[in-house]
Formats: sequence, structure tokens, C-alpha cells
Amino acid sequence: MTGVWLALAVALAGGVGAASRMVLDGAVKGRVRLPYPLGTTVINVTGSLVLGFVTAIASGLGPWAIVLGTGLLGGYTTFSTASYETVRLAQAGRWRAALTNAFGMLLVALAAAWLGLWLGGLTAR
Amino acid sequence: MTSAAHSRPLHLRWSSIGLVVAGGFIGTLARYLLSLALPEWGGMPWPIFLINIVGAFTLGWLLESLALRGPDLGARRAVRLWVGTGMLGGFTTYSTFAVGTDGLFVTGDVVPGIVYAVATVVVGAAASIAGIALGSRGRR
Repeated sequence: MTGVWLALAVALAGGVGAASRMVLDGAVKGRVRLPYPLGTTVINVTGSLVLGFVTAIASGLGPWAIVLGTGLLGGYTTFSTASYETVRLAQAGRWRAALTNAFGMLLVALAAAWLGLWLGGLTAR
Repeated sequence: MTSAAHSRPLHLRWSSIGLVVAGGFIGTLARYLLSLALPEWGGMPWPIFLINIVGAFTLGWLLESLALRGPDLGARRAVRLWVGTGMLGGFTTYSTFAVGTDGLFVTGDVVPGIVYAVATVVVGAAASIAGIALGSRGRR
């Protein structure tokens, strides 16, 4: 799978990832009645964990590493919404929530990606 | 309006899912092609940085423009799901950003990694603010 077919597979996986993000975010909003955008954090942290794992085992996956990583997980996680929600919290005067959404999400996602890379490294060994 | 399809929450309707899949397809394809085309100068993943900043700006502009035009219904809601949640959500990425930052840490580039991560979050927030400001100016 190369060239145009790989690009189409990546794009289709991205579409599926984006729809999964909407469904999961909606489910979190429906269950957790918090005035905080928790859904995006859950999505970005779980996506970073799985991408770390996929990246560590990429050599055994061939082109599927790109379909899963760039496509599915790239489309599932999102930066634009996270940034927008941070700014909306700040504009509402909720500075602590805004800082948590910006830098708390960053730290937890970095730790999750690190854990994924480590777990994948154990598997690939 | 009392049919099962309309009482179902928005995020579980097939129409919403179709719009977001179609948008995510385009946004992800654009990110994939751009990340292949743009150079990674200085050993830093700048293509993903640029993609995330441009996406944050555009989403701010879009959501503010739509909100000022009226309630989140009908065509406005379809555009929000297709372009906002799908296209721009799929164009930008957090997982590649996080793994890319950890990649800098792994190779011992701790300071560049911190600079890259903080710059993405701070410049991204500035881009969101600028996009929202542009969106609100368009209607006044």
C-alpha cells in the first residue's frame, strides 16, 4: 500500500477517528455534568497513549503505522478544539480551569505518550 | 420532530457522523500531505506546529462567525460539524504533537522539547484568540 492508496486509507481512518472523537465527547458531556471540557482531555490523553505505543512498534506494522498513527489517532485527537476551549475558559474569567486545560492536558498527554512508547518498546523487544 | 431520529442526541445521529467523517477525511488528508511536503528544519517537528496553529486560528474564526449568525441549528450546525469538528478537528492533532515532543526528550533535546511544547500551547491560544477576534469583527 503506497502513494494514493495509502493517502486514501490515512484520510478514511482520519474520518473515522474524527467521528469517534465526536461520539466520545458527546458521551462524556452527557454523563459528566462538569463546567469543564473534560471530553477533549480524555480524547487527547488516550490518543497520545495509543500513538506512543503505535510509534514504538511501527517497524512491525509497515504502512499500517501511518494509517493508525497519522490517520486514525491524528483524526481522533485534536489541538484546535483544545486551544479554543482553553481560550473560552480564560475569557469567562476561569483562569485556573484555563491553565489546567492548557498545561495540565499537556503534562498528562506527554506522560501518556511516554507510557505508550515504553509499553510499545517492551512489546517490540 | 418527535421521531426517534430527532430525539436521539446530536452526536449519535447518522447525519452528524456522516458530516464529521467527511470533514475528518479532508482535514486528515491535508495534514498528511502537508506533513510530507513541509521540511522539519532544526530537528523540530515544525510542520505539526504550523498545522496546529493554523487550525486553531481557523476554528476560532469559524465558531465565532457561526455563533454570531444565530443559534446552532440547521445549516450552521452542519457547517460546524463538517468544517469545525471534522475538517479542522482532523487537520490538527494532539497525539502527534505529544509523541513528537517526547521524541525530542528521548534524543536528549530536553530544552528544545520544552520550548516546542510551550510554544505550541501558547501560540495556539494566541491564534485561537486572534481567530475569535476576526470572527467577531466580520459581523460588526
